[in-house]
Amino acid sequence: MSDSPVALENHGQHGPELRHHFATAQQQRDAASLGMWLFLGTEIMFFGGMFLAYLIYRLWYFNEFAAGSRSLDIKLGTVNTIVLICSSLTVALGVRAAQMGKRKLLVVLLILTLIFGLAFLGIKGVEWYAKYKEHHIPGASFDASDLIRDYPQIHIDPSHEQIYFSLYFAMTGLHALHMIIGIGIFSYLLYHAAKGRYTPEYYTPIDLGGLYWHFVDVVWIYLFPLLYLIDRKPLG
Amino acid sequence: MATAVITPERENYLNQEYGIRSWLLTVDHKRIALLYLISITFFFFIGGFFALLIRLELLTPAGDLVQADTYNKLFTMHGMVMVFFFLIPSIPAVLGNFLVPLMIGAKDLAFPRINLLSWYLYIIAGVMMLHCIVTGGVDTGWTFYTPFSTAFSNTKVVEAGLSIFVAGFSSILTGLNFVVTIHRMRAPGMTWSRLPLFIWAHYATSIIQLLGTPVLAITLVLVVFERVFHLGIFDPTRGGDPLLFQHLFWFYSHPAVYIMILPAMGVVAEIVPCFSRKRIFGYKAIALSSIAIAVFGFLVWAHHMFVAGMSLYSALIFSALSYLVAVPSAIKVFNWTATMYKGSISFSTPMLYAFGFIGLFTMGGLTGLFLAALGIDVHVTDTYFVIAHFHYIMVGGAVMGYLGGMHFWWPKISGRLYPEWLGKFAALIVFLGFNLTFFPQFILGYMGMPRRYWQYPPEFQVLNVLSTAGSTILAVGYVLPMVYFLWSMRYGKLADDNPWGAAGLEWQTTSPPPTFNFDKEPEVTWEAYNYDQIPDPAAEEVPVER
Amino acid sequence: MFDNLPLWPARASAGAGNVDALYIFLVLLATFMSVAIFSMILVFALRYRRQPGRTAEQIEGSNALEITWSVVPLGIFMVIFAWGAVIYFQERTPPRDATEIYVVAKQWMWKLEHVEGQREINELHVPVGRDIEMIMTSQDVIHSFYVPAFRIKQDVLPGRYTTAWFRAIKPGVYHLFCAEYCGSQHSGMIGQVVVMEPAQYEAWLSGGNTSGSLASNGESIFQQLGCVTCHRSDTQGRGPSLAGIFGKPVQLEDGRTVIADENYIRESILSPSAKIVKGFKPIMPVFQGLVSEEQLTELVAYVKSLSAPPGAGTKVQESKVQ
Repeated sequence: MSDSPVALENHGQHGPELRHHFATAQQQRDAASLGMWLFLGTEIMFFGGMFLAYLIYRLWYFNEFAAGSRSLDIKLGTVNTIVLICSSLTVALGVRAAQMGKRKLLVVLLILTLIFGLAFLGIKGVEWYAKYKEHHIPGASFDASDLIRDYPQIHIDPSHEQIYFSLYFAMTGLHALHMIIGIGIFSYLLYHAAKGRYTPEYYTPIDLGGLYWHFVDVVWIYLFPLLYLIDRKPLG
Repeated sequence: MATAVITPERENYLNQEYGIRSWLLTVDHKRIALLYLISITFFFFIGGFFALLIRLELLTPAGDLVQADTYNKLFTMHGMVMVFFFLIPSIPAVLGNFLVPLMIGAKDLAFPRINLLSWYLYIIAGVMMLHCIVTGGVDTGWTFYTPFSTAFSNTKVVEAGLSIFVAGFSSILTGLNFVVTIHRMRAPGMTWSRLPLFIWAHYATSIIQLLGTPVLAITLVLVVFERVFHLGIFDPTRGGDPLLFQHLFWFYSHPAVYIMILPAMGVVAEIVPCFSRKRIFGYKAIALSSIAIAVFGFLVWAHHMFVAGMSLYSALIFSALSYLVAVPSAIKVFNWTATMYKGSISFSTPMLYAFGFIGLFTMGGLTGLFLAALGIDVHVTDTYFVIAHFHYIMVGGAVMGYLGGMHFWWPKISGRLYPEWLGKFAALIVFLGFNLTFFPQFILGYMGMPRRYWQYPPEFQVLNVLSTAGSTILAVGYVLPMVYFLWSMRYGKLADDNPWGAAGLEWQTTSPPPTFNFDKEPEVTWEAYNYDQIPDPAAEEVPVER
Repeated sequence: MFDNLPLWPARASAGAGNVDALYIFLVLLATFMSVAIFSMILVFALRYRRQPGRTAEQIEGSNALEITWSVVPLGIFMVIFAWGAVIYFQERTPPRDATEIYVVAKQWMWKLEHVEGQREINELHVPVGRDIEMIMTSQDVIHSFYVPAFRIKQDVLPGRYTTAWFRAIKPGVYHLFCAEYCGSQHSGMIGQVVVMEPAQYEAWLSGGNTSGSLASNGESIFQQLGCVTCHRSDTQGRGPSLAGIFGKPVQLEDGRTVIADENYIRESILSPSAKIVKGFKPIMPVFQGLVSEEQLTELVAYVKSLSAPPGAGTKVQESKVQ
């Protein structure tokens, strides 16, 4: 992936995917890859703002964060984490399949990835619904009295508790939005993969889509302990 | 440069294809640059119109032109439109888009379709902002401070916030395109140390756009969530902290000012050597200073918060860092001035704008030293002193840099020459009008006139009247170029490939360039600013015409 | 000097002269540098203007110059930084025993209370020569207390106290502005500071409407709301005794130690579970929404009065480092 300038004239034979402002397919691949990594950098900064808010409020309102965290379903959260990790596995295997020209395998792996992604969103929906029933959605109907009752020995201020849940919904919500976009991207990739568009010479969209998916997965790997695993040890 | 015998009908990017579809669906970076040119000019005049209304209201101490609420909307929307819809895109989206591939010898940017998407996002954001304006407007100040913006304002905060979010996306994509292009698409022989300083400046700008804008994006999203879902992250009555908003907001909005000024510095670095006929003094120092400004620019945001309730020790740190970030800018000013030493100076319109830039940016930058001094800032923050400071840099600096660049590259962009005497005249009007508008505001600020005031005590009137008078002159100075640029597209003299005798790959192709920029791919074997090798166009001030 | 020249406001506080001194230095420096750059450009432009028969001399650069004009400005900047920092330190460090004024800002007015109980709206009477410390909070959005003649400004935030201080040295009437945009009537949220000779001030103080000093009002509220039931002056109460606690360290249940300042008192009333004193249970009711800002101010003044003779001020520590 050299940085040095490339001669525009050095065309030679090239496939239909080479866009004409690029000299070689390699240059095009390098540009696409750099572009994607830079975009993921912007996404890190985007989520970063929320992580900063989380950091500050958790330092200030630890008790409320702990109580809120314990009210999340750790089983479902763990299942979702496993689901996403498996989906990253299928994505990585899919990139490999594309590299090796194995179209059918690629299609299968993309379908599996989509299934995992939808499963994640489904489970998340179940969790959010549970929060809705417990009146933990911030806003007019927010009610932390169940937590205050459940944890008499720690001191819960309802407004601070609401901040925990505001961050919970903001972070998981934006993460879920990125998952939905990812599912859209992978549906597009599936459609074209089925039509045989991706070959060992040209599988850049799979590569870049995979990078995006892995990033969304990594964000969840951070969200899970930060939101679900605060102070899970038994109280005493 | 050998001047080929050419006819006006030669194929170039402008006449290669006609029709609205060929423009709205173009992926040619040069056409996209023109699409941006039209859009940002439109928003410049909207923002400028708001400014004129503000200045008219401030002619008298009483609030007698518009109501207080209207005035609050005027200064808010002036700020939002000027910052997000004019200053941030201006040079990168117009001159950058046009010139970056040409200057490095490429056929286009790395991602032409993303470039077009970037423009459409800008347009969508612009439509949202226009809709916000005509359906009631927003009155939070462009700074959206909480809890006023989240819990008290009755105006269209959500719409304005979302509009800026979309505009931010446009900005991020432009930056992304530039970084990848500069890394991966330079012509053979175009090494990093041969890059024009315009490219270095845009590279540094793009880094800031990539790293900073997303933080603004999430901040606006959180403000919108707070308003719509009644969260409480920034609301002290619900356990939140309004200062958290300020930190998040300024973390982007301080580097944003470097997004606005670095490209203009890049323009000046191209103009001064050309009209001094010698290579730039201190190439490496200027290139590294651009990067240094981008890096240090991220470390000083809380100097906007010295009286906000921050700890004393944090304030000390941010003040010290703010002085550090001033050093690279000073280095640049000295290097540009030194470039003129023993040169062969001509006073073309671009050079006049460059002179204006160096002088006014220096003054604006020096007043930054006042603001970074903690003891002084307590007195002058949130007053007209700050307003004067940033207008010196944004208008005396960035806008003059933009106009200088537009004049310098106009022959390349349009294939025509603008009327030189009118250009000089307009530059003079802009310079005079600008100083009359904004210099009195320094004094107003130190005397204690706070900003965002619809009415003010009578002792501030004289200076306000001077300032308003200046603004009308400034307005004339801005309208003139628009008129004669348009005129020149039809009636201007045809331009040569290189009417200024300037260095740089963009001048080695035709004016205007063909769609794919170069008939034959360039191969660079010379250093940047090789003015020793470029003959001076005949010793006149008027550029060479065909 | 230059009192008739409208370049700066009157120097009506002890600190104003220091601020102006740095300002004038910076004006001279900026003027010098601007003139230097402008004239250099002018001189070069004229002296080296394009002339037939003369070509430009290609000069690459000069490391010596680069270093010089990096290091020298940096040195000057560090001097300015230090000078400004010293002034700021003085501005943000109120003297001990400053007389306190409590300020509540709201859209769009200033409510000021003297410890003796005088209440003022948009106007502040102070005696010349006395250190005054303002303890300020907002009822709604962020405002900013700005008196140009004193060269002081401090944002006033909802949900916490911020402070500013000054010592007026010149009798007169000076503008008070709100300097943080706060909505419709932001530019109408102005008032004045009336600096009087000490004798006149005493006369004004005793002639005005007093509804009891802040501390005595606070004591009434303390009784009314039942605080006295748990916070007894002996050690038998269910809540800690408040005698003598102000300004001293407090040991908390979770091991932390905090200083009992204004913000601590306020938080303990509005959100008692945030900091529980060691050895006590978290049973104090929440008073958020049940007390107004003025009542909070009076309760704080009352608790302070339990630690020192009335009228004496104590320094406000900021308990949340931002």
